[in-house]
Amino acid sequence: MYAAIVFLPLLGFLIAGPFGWRIGARPSEIVTTSFLLVVALLSWIVFFQVALGTAPASVSVLGNWFTSGTLKVDWSLKIDSLTAVMLVVVTTVSSLVHLYSIGYMADDPSRPRFFAYLSLFTFAMLMLVTADNLVQLFFGWEGVGLASYLLIGFWYEKPSANAAAIKAFVVNRVGDFGFALGIFLVFVLTQSVSFDQIFAAAPGLAHKTIHIFGLDMDALTITCLLLFMGAMGKSAQFLLHTWLPDAMEGPTPVSALIHAATMVTAGVFMVARLSPLFEQSPAALTFVTIIGATTAFFAATIGLVQNDIKRVIAYSTCSQLGYMFVGLGVGGYSLGIFHLFTHAFFKALLFLGAGSVIIAMHHEQDMRNMGGLWRKIPFTFAMMTVGTLALTGFPFTAGYFSKDAIIEAAYASNRGGAYYGFLLTTVAAGLTSFYSWRLVFLTFFGTPRWAADGHGSGHDHAAQDDAAHDHEAHGHAALDHAAHGHEGHALDPHESPFPMLIPLGVLAAGALFAGLLFSHNFIGEGAGEFWKGALFLEPGNEALEAREAIPGFTKQLPTLLMVFGFFVAAIFYLLAPSIPVRLAQALKPLYEFLLNKWYFDELYDLIFVRPAFWLGRLFWKGGDGAIIDRLGPDGVAARVVDVTGRVVKLQSGYIYHYAFAMLVGLAAVITWYVASGIR
Amino acid sequence: MFGFGILSCIVFLPLVGAGFILALRGTDEATLENARRAALGTTLIVFLLSVYAYTKFDPSSSAFQLVEEKGWFGQGLIYKMGVDGISFPFLLLTTFLMPICILASWKSIQTRVKEYMVAFLVLETLMSGVFCALDLVLFYLFFEGGLIPMFLIIGVWGGRRRVYASFKFFLYTLAGSLLMLLAIMAMYGVAGTTDIVTLLQTHFPSSMQKWLWLAFFASLAVKMPMWPVHTWLPDAHVEAPTAGSVILAGILLKMGGYGFIRFSLPMFPEASAYFTPLVFALSIIAIIYTSLVALVQEDMKKLIAYSSVAHMGFVTMGLFSMTSQGVQGAVFLMISHGLVSGALFLCVGVIYDRMHTREISAYGGLAARMPLYATVFMIFTLANVGLPGTSGFIGEFLTLLGAFRINSWVAFLATTGTILSAAYALYLYRRIIFGVLDKPGLASILDLSWREAALFAPIVALTIFYGFYPAPVLDSSAAAINALIKNYDTALAVVTKTAAMTVH
Repeated sequence: MYAAIVFLPLLGFLIAGPFGWRIGARPSEIVTTSFLLVVALLSWIVFFQVALGTAPASVSVLGNWFTSGTLKVDWSLKIDSLTAVMLVVVTTVSSLVHLYSIGYMADDPSRPRFFAYLSLFTFAMLMLVTADNLVQLFFGWEGVGLASYLLIGFWYEKPSANAAAIKAFVVNRVGDFGFALGIFLVFVLTQSVSFDQIFAAAPGLAHKTIHIFGLDMDALTITCLLLFMGAMGKSAQFLLHTWLPDAMEGPTPVSALIHAATMVTAGVFMVARLSPLFEQSPAALTFVTIIGATTAFFAATIGLVQNDIKRVIAYSTCSQLGYMFVGLGVGGYSLGIFHLFTHAFFKALLFLGAGSVIIAMHHEQDMRNMGGLWRKIPFTFAMMTVGTLALTGFPFTAGYFSKDAIIEAAYASNRGGAYYGFLLTTVAAGLTSFYSWRLVFLTFFGTPRWAADGHGSGHDHAAQDDAAHDHEAHGHAALDHAAHGHEGHALDPHESPFPMLIPLGVLAAGALFAGLLFSHNFIGEGAGEFWKGALFLEPGNEALEAREAIPGFTKQLPTLLMVFGFFVAAIFYLLAPSIPVRLAQALKPLYEFLLNKWYFDELYDLIFVRPAFWLGRLFWKGGDGAIIDRLGPDGVAARVVDVTGRVVKLQSGYIYHYAFAMLVGLAAVITWYVASGIR
Repeated sequence: MFGFGILSCIVFLPLVGAGFILALRGTDEATLENARRAALGTTLIVFLLSVYAYTKFDPSSSAFQLVEEKGWFGQGLIYKMGVDGISFPFLLLTTFLMPICILASWKSIQTRVKEYMVAFLVLETLMSGVFCALDLVLFYLFFEGGLIPMFLIIGVWGGRRRVYASFKFFLYTLAGSLLMLLAIMAMYGVAGTTDIVTLLQTHFPSSMQKWLWLAFFASLAVKMPMWPVHTWLPDAHVEAPTAGSVILAGILLKMGGYGFIRFSLPMFPEASAYFTPLVFALSIIAIIYTSLVALVQEDMKKLIAYSSVAHMGFVTMGLFSMTSQGVQGAVFLMISHGLVSGALFLCVGVIYDRMHTREISAYGGLAARMPLYATVFMIFTLANVGLPGTSGFIGEFLTLLGAFRINSWVAFLATTGTILSAAYALYLYRRIIFGVLDKPGLASILDLSWREAALFAPIVALTIFYGFYPAPVLDSSAAAINALIKNYDTALAVVTKTAAMTVH
């Protein structure tokens, strides 16, 4: 069964990829989607058996990948509670996204390719979460990176999509650079790359010093920091985050699956998986907390002012990933994973909801051109609202349990950086509420701004059609965006077809109830028997218990900020829309700073991209051309050409030279033999 | 078999095919077709023979096998052939790539077809001879002789600046090989033989080792090519016909690495240890410098050529780490690179045959009309980038790991190459395959023909197969490499009296 979970998506890829053009788009969709639905079902069974039930954790070795000296790397499937949680998250969201894409991509000519990529991604992600050693983890890690690259650049005719795809791959490679060095160091320290042996060796390595990169450093700290660099790249943490917002160039289902629910959480998974290692290095954990908290705050500030609906959610993802790392960093590994679990539901929901809005708006993504949509697409509106409630931590929704738990744990923890983590995540909670509600208000409320252009009668026209939209009759009509642009036409927003609405409903259920149902097991008293040692849990769950005992006001603080953010957003975007405009003018430098994403893209372009090209040209023209060639072969050749220039057939001219040189050489050898023979 | 050993058959059978083609009279299309078929048939038979030989080969032994020995030039010189786990993968790579090269030239070569085929067959003899020779003089003959047909292939069937390119090629290699010849003579003077098996047991005086090492290095570094003697390679590649580039990247470059494993490291261990920092430095420069240069290329072939130099930097780094991971990784990377870079040059050849330009800017948006080509090109681009699941990953990973065990800074700097390779390879792919197909000349471009698809199919299969299961190469070389490292460490231990090298 475990093998079926991992390899059915691969089979789907192998059918839809090479043969999709032959069997047709619809069969490709059906094959990949039905495989994924089966896999999702199996994953839930595994979840109930292994995590909630009593089935033992297991590692099944599929075969040897490669062996060199003492390095031995196997293909294997490790199934324990942590893997089971990830299986559920990955396959549930993936199957729903497959289903959703049948509707979303209905008018795309390359659907088999799209579904093949989705299934390929799922396979790689499953290899990642079932890995029993660092190298297989790295295989899945780069595999999902590949799928991400292919899907971001899916619409390959768009230059912006291509640029974003390369950026995603290369920035991730920067992270993987650290990851790879981390793997090497782990091997040098423990003579192994498999988890069990690493974890067994970890306590013995604590406080050992190692001489590396010319410095004496704490062995495990530098190891964890290098490995964490990989996590920073994959999970788009501060400094390596720049690729994630650009990745929104990909189709929206991709954003939901890869860039919200699953792939970007791989970094969180990795740190949790390696928790016995990280636990031995308090300094590394402090670093994790600081990076996580910084990201949570920093991404939220950018989210405040973005106008592209998908970018707001992308920055929100970035910010929420920061929360997860804060949870991990303060020692509450289960908190990080729990937030990963709930976040997958509500963030996928938000993205898919945004996709539904975008389809309804004929591929318009700028919220400034939306407004008043709640009448036109009421179901999508309701689902988006559920997602927003869960994200902002409205009481008893998923985010309320997982996100607030992280803030509380950061407050209660006495680890390094925890207070910084508490402060920034609390502030970010308020910001989250503001930008989330801003999104809802701008999109669904106020006067419709999409009808303002071109036809003055757009508004009336739209209103009278209202009744018809509840039937799904015109579902496809909303999709024929290729036929006309969005400007200057009477837009006619429609609710999306059923394949797109069902996933919204399922995810909304998860966003509402996942916290309530599972918090006992993930982070409550049942945590010990739920995780069964898959994560490092402190004896007696100190981090988890301490947060129960914190003062009431602190406990209520995130909720209060959530309410505050809601009201500010309501005032700004419902009651007095002139306030944000005047505020932006009054604080223009700050506004520009946020709008331009803290100028990270410009900075990196200036210090990395341009110098790389400049150096490349310098080395090419200057190094190879002006120095090496001019002093070397060209200089010599110039003399030789003078001599041989008159030889008519050049090729025969050279060959004789060469043969002559060989002959001279041979003659020398023979002479040598003869000479030494005589002696 | 036929009174010869099987290795001699593999090495000299192509000459029989060449003789047959030379005997063909006439220049009509039917004759040319016969010449092509004869060449293809010969190379296929040779490939099958080498596979047959592999079944006779015992990879668990580190000794030379299938050895043949005959007296030759009087007393001193012998004709001795044999293979071990290090050379056999290269022999197989050679015989595997040859039929593909012949097939790749089927349509694109229309002038002097017979001579072209003869040149390739002679080239095959000389290249496979390099990997089979167990006598130093014999090795040298094959090693330098192989350059002549290559030189002709570039000079006769090459592009516009073929004269310049073949000149450069000639000058570089000549300079190096003469020094190597001197070293061979000096070695004969000490050991009294040029039998490689005996030489491997011979201890050369420490001071002499350094000179010998440097002389070999002069030749091998050019072949490799290592920075800063790499500038012949981009020009040679650019001007060579497609199949010439495939052989150049696939096999000729590997002779340098093979030479290091066969001679420099085992025969001059003290000098190798002494010069290791130099090799590391040159390797790192090669990786970073040429990757950056690759980033700004406007000619597809040059870009891939520079990327080859960078990859060979990983090879030399891995070799001189002298750890089992480093050396095994280097051997694997050479095999993998032989497949991948060869295939990338074939990819360039496909569109060059259609458009007759290598300018990257002349292309764009090919995915729309050439989906199969786009897929194949993507697979090899990813293998070039070293994505896990392709053969490119294993070699890079192991060489870096090997280097890390010896010197963390070296590995640190070299690993930046994995970032740069992603940048230049994907940037190339984007400019050729992605985007809008709006260049008028491309509007009617055709996807891969059956012949072209058949060329790529076996390489695609091997690239992915080795990515998931590299054991066939790793295991067959493991015993020989472990013996190599053991002898190396013993030799150094004798000198320094310290049991192990300092780690980190």
